[in-house]
Amino acid sequence: MGRKAKFDETKKVKKGPGRKARKQPDPVFKKELLVDETTTEKKLTHRQKQRAAKRSKKKAEIVEKRKALKQAKKNVAKQTEVEVDNAENDSDEEIAQGFTDDNKEWLKLKQKGSKKQKKPAEDDSDSDQVEDDEDASEIEEDSEAEEESEVEENVKNKKADKKKAGGEKYKVGTLDDLFKDSDAENGDATSDDDDEGSSNKLEYHSDSDDDDKGSDDDEDDDDDMLPIEKANIKLKKKQKEDKKLSEEEMQLNIAKQDVFAFPSEHELQNPTSLQDVLQRIKDVIHVLGNFSNLKEEGRSRCEYTDLLLQDLCTYYSYNEFLMEILMQIFPVQELIEFLEASEIARPVTIRTNSLKTRRRELAQALINRGVNLDPVGKWSKVGLVVYSSTVPIGATPEYLAGHYILQGASSFLPVMALAPQENERILDMCAAPGGKASHIAAIMKNTGVLFANDANKERTKAIVGNFHRLGVANSVLCNHDGREFPNVMKGFDRVLLDAPCTGTGVIAKDPSVKTTKDQKDIQRCFNIQRQLLLAAIDCCSAKSSTGGYIVYSTCSILPEENEWVVNYALKRRNVKLVPTGLDFGTEGFVKYRHHRFHPSLKHTRRFYPHTHNMDGFFVAKLKKFSNVIPEPFKDEDDEEVDAKQNGDDHPEEEKSETENTKPAPVKRSAPTNAAQPQKKKIKPNAQASPANDAQDASKVQPTENKGKNQKKNKNQKNKKNKQNVVNSTEAKVNNTENASGEKTEPANKPQNENIKKKNKKNKQNVVNSTEEKVNNTDNASGEKTEPANKPQNENIKKKNKKNKGKPNTANVLPSAQNDSTSVTLQNKTEVAQTNQSPNKKKKKNKKNKGKNQAPDPQSKPINKNENKITEKIEVAAATKLKDKLNKKKKQIGQINTNKDKNPPKGQAGKKFNKKNKA
Amino acid sequence: MKVLSEERTRILFEKLTKYIGVNVKQLIDRADGTYCFREKKDRVYYISERILHLAQTVKPENLISAGTCFGKFTKTNKFRLHITALSYVAPYAPYKVWVKPSAEQQFLYGHHIIKSGLSRITDNTPKHHGVVICTMSDIPIGFGVAARTTAECRHADPLATIVFHQADVGEYIRAEDTLT
Repeated sequence: MGRKAKFDETKKVKKGPGRKARKQPDPVFKKELLVDETTTEKKLTHRQKQRAAKRSKKKAEIVEKRKALKQAKKNVAKQTEVEVDNAENDSDEEIAQGFTDDNKEWLKLKQKGSKKQKKPAEDDSDSDQVEDDEDASEIEEDSEAEEESEVEENVKNKKADKKKAGGEKYKVGTLDDLFKDSDAENGDATSDDDDEGSSNKLEYHSDSDDDDKGSDDDEDDDDDMLPIEKANIKLKKKQKEDKKLSEEEMQLNIAKQDVFAFPSEHELQNPTSLQDVLQRIKDVIHVLGNFSNLKEEGRSRCEYTDLLLQDLCTYYSYNEFLMEILMQIFPVQELIEFLEASEIARPVTIRTNSLKTRRRELAQALINRGVNLDPVGKWSKVGLVVYSSTVPIGATPEYLAGHYILQGASSFLPVMALAPQENERILDMCAAPGGKASHIAAIMKNTGVLFANDANKERTKAIVGNFHRLGVANSVLCNHDGREFPNVMKGFDRVLLDAPCTGTGVIAKDPSVKTTKDQKDIQRCFNIQRQLLLAAIDCCSAKSSTGGYIVYSTCSILPEENEWVVNYALKRRNVKLVPTGLDFGTEGFVKYRHHRFHPSLKHTRRFYPHTHNMDGFFVAKLKKFSNVIPEPFKDEDDEEVDAKQNGDDHPEEEKSETENTKPAPVKRSAPTNAAQPQKKKIKPNAQASPANDAQDASKVQPTENKGKNQKKNKNQKNKKNKQNVVNSTEAKVNNTENASGEKTEPANKPQNENIKKKNKKNKQNVVNSTEEKVNNTDNASGEKTEPANKPQNENIKKKNKKNKGKPNTANVLPSAQNDSTSVTLQNKTEVAQTNQSPNKKKKKNKKNKGKNQAPDPQSKPINKNENKITEKIEVAAATKLKDKLNKKKKQIGQINTNKDKNPPKGQAGKKFNKKNKA
Repeated sequence: MKVLSEERTRILFEKLTKYIGVNVKQLIDRADGTYCFREKKDRVYYISERILHLAQTVKPENLISAGTCFGKFTKTNKFRLHITALSYVAPYAPYKVWVKPSAEQQFLYGHHIIKSGLSRITDNTPKHHGVVICTMSDIPIGFGVAARTTAECRHADPLATIVFHQADVGEYIRAEDTLT
């Protein structure tokens, strides 16, 4: 049985290759074969060497023959014997000696001309194409026959040259010309050759002169040179030529690039291939590099950058928004590097758990398992880079036993910057999955307490797993919103905040970032980051003997999420930036577009995938120097956020920033701050409502008084109150001026405010003694006239002093300060009571006495009448103010719900001030 | 975080004694501060008193874990030791079993240890006593209960179970969600 061979015609021929037939791959040529033979020198085989030797021998013979011939001819020409002897060695001498009447004319000239020609000829010879070919052919020649024929040819050429040289004495031209001439004359030359008596002798001379013929040279110098030397000369020449050619080519290429044409609409609409796009990207970058020279007429830089943006988006598949931001961060060349680096995954790194093992032991154990690894760098003692592995690196028994954890190299950095110490209390606010937190615990050697918090309950499970696996025993894991953490616990020595971010630094890990992020995402991110950072700062204790540090890090490279957030915190808390302690990485931005950040932001560190071969990262280390939370105030940052980044920073902001960062310790303690905004809020209502509690009463009075007094002053044209005179609504003016005072002197703010509030409370007292009014006006005027930045105490003192001047007048202020709650201001009696306290307190200043006393009697009647009117006006003004305040509050509330209650007032005040001035 | 009841304390210590014998004492009397066992949602945590004070400031509903989780009380009021306790059990365990590298993987997937995978075993291991499983490089990778004494192991069938699996570090990957 078995198979039958089917030899008949009907046999089916299978289509295609059989199952087992392997398709023969395309032939692979060896490199040597592909290389152009003409361009490279081959090593001579043994036989070839032999032949070459023979050839040289033959050449020598030929030369000998020629010489003999020469001699014979010389003899025939009846030249002296001496000349004949010398002719063998020195051609120059020959010429000198061969000078006869026959040839004297051209010989001389030839000599001169040759000397002149020599150098240029050498240079030009390289560029001479004809000669190139000849050279090439010469190299190729293998057979003796060829060689000989060429020798003959050369001889002919030489003759021709000689002839030409002889004929055209005065011709100074390029070698091309020479060559043409020689070619043209070739026939004649050969025929005429013998006619001239000294032709052979001159042959040598002309040859040596005409350097354009390298081959001739070689032939001529046969006597002196070994073949290898000749080859060397040839080779050198060729290299020279190649170099020159390549340079030319490059020039040509550049010239081609120069004419990069801006693609038409149609071309842009129908992209052909990614390769084209890439080429266009390169072209545009080149044009942008030298824009003034390379641009197309009538095209603006904007058009080119737009084109580049489009192309980059297509090529790297980003959305336009993100690409635009990236273009703002990086210069073009760096941008490309960044984009390229973001396409490639970073190497896998692991961190040794120093609680359980040492790096060397771990490395040894892993190498035994077939893992190829190396230390991550000098900067870390626990990091290892894994190049390749035969086992899953995340499931080895070592991993499961907690000897190491998979962690990006960039994640080491914030912990290193934090530099935890043993026996400290440390908080990691956004800890999941516990890599950095466990690193902290490892550095602390399981001493102290580590609070690891994460807002996501699901992700806390990862922390639990990692902590137990790594043997972290000093930890407390909790699940809070980081922003509320200050309510849970404060007083940490160090706080690490690795804030949630857009992840623009880890695009290689998560490419979805490229397309999914937009302005809103970024905004959402940095809002959360700001709140988290403030919370982190609040959690930290400035009084810690070893710490008081906060490290803020993100895996984003956008300045909005990094520098801007830190800058924001600098303004709002008593923190300063300190060097991170990382000796590499680039400095953080101090300027970015229209933003001007605090100069100390250069202490922050940025890490990029393309420069540091780790994920894009940002690390900032803050030191808290005071636990006091400075007075929140309105600044452009908030507005910008509200207005979606339309505003730009004013110098004012910087001023306030410096104020906030530096003199903070002087500022008021937190409780007063907390109390104030609420009072303010209530104020207008309190004014409107007749029912008063003690506080309200005390609050309202003075401002009212102020208003009255101002009117009084107006009447009297009191110089001190000049500013107020212009105003139609005095109450407003007062408020606003106080407010403006607050704005300009943050240090004085709280107390002034207190005073003001108390004054306002007093307002509610319908029955006001004139004395009170006078006093209050004095206060008001005093406040105004005083320079803005005087310390608070001074202000108060002054007020007291002024008040003291009149024993009759009631001064509400000091009493209010003493016990605002107890004071139920309804009557003069009360006022009298209150009046005593300041007198007891301070009796120093007599400055304003006279002035204040003078207006008193006059003002009484007027004020009584106007009391009600001003009150009405004030109420109206207050409601207006309130409305404005509410508006502002809403806006600010988006960022900072609790803290920005005062600033709007300040702003409103400013506005009013401006009005008044106008 | 509440103090364990009298009965539960007894159950817990009985269990622990099974694995680390008299060394239980060393868990309580430590040179570096006082440590205690606390119970939260039937889970038992071993925690330094210093940390405990701080942990108690966190609301119970927000507290995920503190210190080291040793195990949990089942609904039948028995104590089950978790793999998370390994870092405290392993150093004190008097009886250990070393497994061959080829059998490591088997064990890490939750299988019992059979005779063929057994490399070494502590002398005089009694039957049904808790043992810690180690690799040949002395890395503890879990614990179990000896199915046979050392003497019996010598003559056991190659496929006979030597140690019953109870917990292994593979759970960190297999059962991360239910670790504690």
